Amino acid sequence: MSQSSYSEIFRENRALIDSGASPVMNALRDRALACFEKYGFPDARCEEYLHTDISQWFAPDWGMNLGRVKLPVNPSEAFRCNVPNLSTQMHFLACDSYMKKDGQPTLVEGVTVGSLLEISRSNPQLVGKYLGSVVEMEKPGISALNTMFMQDGFMVHVPRNVRIDKPVQLVSLMSGAVSMLSCRRILVVLEQGAELRLLLCDHSSAARECLSAMVVECVVGDNARLELYDLEETSQTNSRVCDFFVSQGRDSSVHASVLTLHNGRTRNSFHSVFKGPGASLELDGIAISDGNQHVDNYSFVDHASTDCISSELFKYILDDRSTGSFAGKVLVREGSQRTVSAQTNRNICLTRESRMFTQPQLEIYADDVKCSHGATVGQLDEKALFYMQQRGIPMKEARMLLMLAFAGEVLDRIPLDSLRSRLTGLVELRLRHGQSRCEGCNVCK
Amino acid sequence: MEMLKIENLHAEIAGKEILKGINLSIEAGTVHAIMGPNGSGKSTLSNVLSGHPAYTVTQGKATFKGKDLLAMPTENRSHEGLFMSFQYPVEIPGVSMTNFMRTALNEKRRYLGLDPMSPTDFLKLMKQKRDLVKLDAKFMNRSVNEGFSGGEKKRNEIFQMAVLEPSLSILDETDSGLDIDALRIVAEGVNSLKTPETSALVITHYQRLLDYIKPDVVHVLYAGRIIRTAGPELALELEERGYDWLIKEFEDSNR
Repeated sequence: MSQSSYSEIFRENRALIDSGASPVMNALRDRALACFEKYGFPDARCEEYLHTDISQWFAPDWGMNLGRVKLPVNPSEAFRCNVPNLSTQMHFLACDSYMKKDGQPTLVEGVTVGSLLEISRSNPQLVGKYLGSVVEMEKPGISALNTMFMQDGFMVHVPRNVRIDKPVQLVSLMSGAVSMLSCRRILVVLEQGAELRLLLCDHSSAARECLSAMVVECVVGDNARLELYDLEETSQTNSRVCDFFVSQGRDSSVHASVLTLHNGRTRNSFHSVFKGPGASLELDGIAISDGNQHVDNYSFVDHASTDCISSELFKYILDDRSTGSFAGKVLVREGSQRTVSAQTNRNICLTRESRMFTQPQLEIYADDVKCSHGATVGQLDEKALFYMQQRGIPMKEARMLLMLAFAGEVLDRIPLDSLRSRLTGLVELRLRHGQSRCEGCNVCK
Repeated sequence: MEMLKIENLHAEIAGKEILKGINLSIEAGTVHAIMGPNGSGKSTLSNVLSGHPAYTVTQGKATFKGKDLLAMPTENRSHEGLFMSFQYPVEIPGVSMTNFMRTALNEKRRYLGLDPMSPTDFLKLMKQKRDLVKLDAKFMNRSVNEGFSGGEKKRNEIFQMAVLEPSLSILDETDSGLDIDALRIVAEGVNSLKTPETSALVITHYQRLLDYIKPDVVHVLYAGRIIRTAGPELALELEERGYDWLIKEFEDSNR
């Protein structure tokens, strides 16, 4: 379907979309439509999407569940947590619909967590203040599309100086009887001095082709601390376009890890802006792919304030005919003195057929800054492989040790001990067993 | 018992012939030294015996404890008891010494049909072998060879040798980059591992290492062939007179 077909569907179904959503959401749609019609899907002329033509992904006539038909899936039965033995407060989304569970204990008094639809109906003032506030729709992409069609999703709001120690986990499942496009929306708000660890787990059924166009927006207040872990474990039939928007206040800190372990086609865009001085961002990613998988991570870090630190580390391991792309732009605006920024992208191509595209970009308009970037594409170290074989370690195991060591550098930066060891385990499982599924997820089998 | 028998071994790298007919026989319980000028093929010989993928054997054979060595993959040569101490030990960032040694040891045990070693026994073994080469415990948590000094790397080679208990150890220029104290520690390590059942092939430029590790037989390798085999006195003579006279004799006899 072309871009105009999406506008048409939207116009024809506007009443249906609105009725299944909330006034706060509906209020954003006119502008979203205008932006979508002006900018649309990115095409080959769009440098940010040079190696991923997502307009092709939207070409099939996907169905959308605009009438809010209840999907015949019970995530809590179908799903056993794939991040084993981690104590979290778990929530579920089926496609974009929040699945209510009984007996979910309150996290901490004052914290709002749950369905974006419900919260935006019951507390329009809170949601209205933040929804869409940090999302950039005035450029080609899927943010406008997501805003046009969003009807539900997930929200966490942590009030001032409230610290949540127990990680909040959101498990999203793309599954159902038919192929489908889903536009889920996730809103995370940390007021001044708040702290949150959020783990997003993205799963899908291999039986149907699915496309998700999701937006994750995070408003991180002054002195607040957010740890955001995004783990994609979907299937080869899944396509995902995910736009992250993070706005950081003064002296805030964010750690984000974007891990693509199982997927079909993936495009993640991470937009971050420092709104106040003294803030820091650690943005990491791992992509492991084989077969015909495609993983594209784009990041844009906007140093709009002084004395901020950003550090990026992305690593890819590409096997078979898989392709990877990384483009990272760091913008240091005029007057953003004492900026410290480091960006590293390292990649291993295990076969001659695998391809990696990497493009670091630095734009600096301040003079007192320390910025670095580096990118490498290579193979496993043959000298190290021979050394290990000479000590009796078979080639296959030697390669495994080298790949785990390679990914380990990223995993070691995960601040939460319990999560680090579990994610390390998942990465090892992925590398050892290729695309064959791990134990955790019943829907995928 | 014959540990290693090499017959008419020819090998090349990238189409260039380096070894041009090596014949060598090593008995169990003996130490052989191979000396020779730069570029004579010493390191090629050790690499070919360990199974380095860059080298192709074009002729000849090598029998290790009665088995066809050249038919085995590198890791099985190791399991069968062949160890090579690298001239330049490789750094492996992100792989800890402990993990590395545990994997190597348990792969060997699996090959021999044994269960993996218990963690307690493994730790005991590590300590015992570390003491042998005076390798500090802190190295075990570090990545393999990463940030090790030249001497520490060589000690680490002998430590690994001690753990894997090979029947034939090839020491490829183990003395290069070592100061006198480190050299002595390494040599003592090698000597303490010597038994009537094990052999060593010491590849070196200099007599110096042979003061500490006494060879039974000394070979001179030149242009891919062994041009002289004699007792330990040959090493002393080479130290004094260099290789030129030997090379000249060899070339004269081939004229």
